[in-house]
Amino acid sequence: MAGTEVLGRVTWRSGKVVALFDETSSARTIGIVVPDWPGHVAGQHIDVRLTAPDGYSAVRSYSIASAPSSDGLIEITVDRLPNGEVSPYLTQQVMVGDELEVRGPIGRWFVWSPEQVGPVQLVAGGSGIVPLMAMIRSRASAGSTVPFRLLYSIREPGAIFYRDELQTLSSQGDSVVVTYAYTRATPKDWPRPAGRINRELIDSGTWPANLQASSYVCGPTSFVESATDLLIAAGQDRERIRTERFGATGERK
Amino acid sequence: MAIISRGFAGRRSAGEVKLPPGQYLTTDFPVLSAGPTPRISLDRWEFTIDDGANVIQRWDWNSFRDLPRETITVDLHCVTRWSKLGTSWEGISLDTLLANVKTDLSFAMFHSYGDYTTNLPLKDLLNKQAWIAFKYDGTDLAPEHGGPARLLVPHLYLWKSAKWVKGMTLMQHDKPGFWEGLGYHIYGDPWREQRYSEE
Repeated sequence: MAGTEVLGRVTWRSGKVVALFDETSSARTIGIVVPDWPGHVAGQHIDVRLTAPDGYSAVRSYSIASAPSSDGLIEITVDRLPNGEVSPYLTQQVMVGDELEVRGPIGRWFVWSPEQVGPVQLVAGGSGIVPLMAMIRSRASAGSTVPFRLLYSIREPGAIFYRDELQTLSSQGDSVVVTYAYTRATPKDWPRPAGRINRELIDSGTWPANLQASSYVCGPTSFVESATDLLIAAGQDRERIRTERFGATGERK
Repeated sequence: MAIISRGFAGRRSAGEVKLPPGQYLTTDFPVLSAGPTPRISLDRWEFTIDDGANVIQRWDWNSFRDLPRETITVDLHCVTRWSKLGTSWEGISLDTLLANVKTDLSFAMFHSYGDYTTNLPLKDLLNKQAWIAFKYDGTDLAPEHGGPARLLVPHLYLWKSAKWVKGMTLMQHDKPGFWEGLGYHIYGDPWREQRYSEE
């Protein structure tokens, strides 16, 4: 049986690809069923290992996009990097029915679980939405009514991940308040011109500081640096801001 | 036994440098931090060494920068799997900082502005293995990379090279710092792939 290296919680396990969905022209969600999956908390990631016929292997980390579930199904969303080694394979070559080696879940810091009762501010830059979407889905599947807000910065309308689901989740009672911010191109008649995240956007798209929300900020390093500086300038307590950054070629998401 | 990934070739170049297991090369400089980047003014900066009860050594920015500096070129290995080769730094060796410290304690906990901590055996800090670095690639260390000054312990995973350091506490027994308490390995040797505490 594959995946029998005895390493405790971080054992390599064999998963089966059961679903593929293109989120954008460059990003694909991959559903993987892992029969002995130990369960996860929103915000955690997995390692994925690809192995060539000669034994060469490459491992990358990807944030889990799906809510915790008991049926062993996990989803990751992979954005294709032009010169990536693993992301082109995962976004273009993997087929339903393929086996993928995964291990995890990993990470106990950038996490949210439904037992947390305070308001939550999510701030996503590009594919940094992935672990934050797991938090939004975790809140929904647990029936939590904790106030959630998402400020989601993307290049252009076509780059939005999970568009329909976010639309649904933000239009129900006890909903998640979603604010989109476009950096290069906006939809027609959008009130705010395209541009980088700034103080005005933080003021209109995030909870006021006196609510003492827990903030989760995820995206490319430069985005996370600007967003956290702006949150602090707006009065948010730095102790309540957790971050996850990824570099241009770092495939961690 | 690994599962062969149908159609996966991977990317290998001729004469590939030897990397620790599970790492890949990058030429940019990604950042891993748990929270916001602290901004520390140099007139408030200090670095102290204490034994848990008393401060043994204390430097402010000027006295610290008057210490003999070294230029080092080292490879970096991050637990998130990127490795970056031949990075160039300027800093003060821990041998210099610990030269006048007589102790029979065997471990150290580093403390950072922003409350980050990380633990290391004292023997990993001596004999040209560790520095407090303040320049990277010839320029002042940027805040997101740990400036004004960060620990640099290149033979261990980079989370051990604490950013924004402000002091170290000598300890008799090892105990986990921030990431070590969250499931990462207590020691973190990339060549033995000591990423997580269960390994």
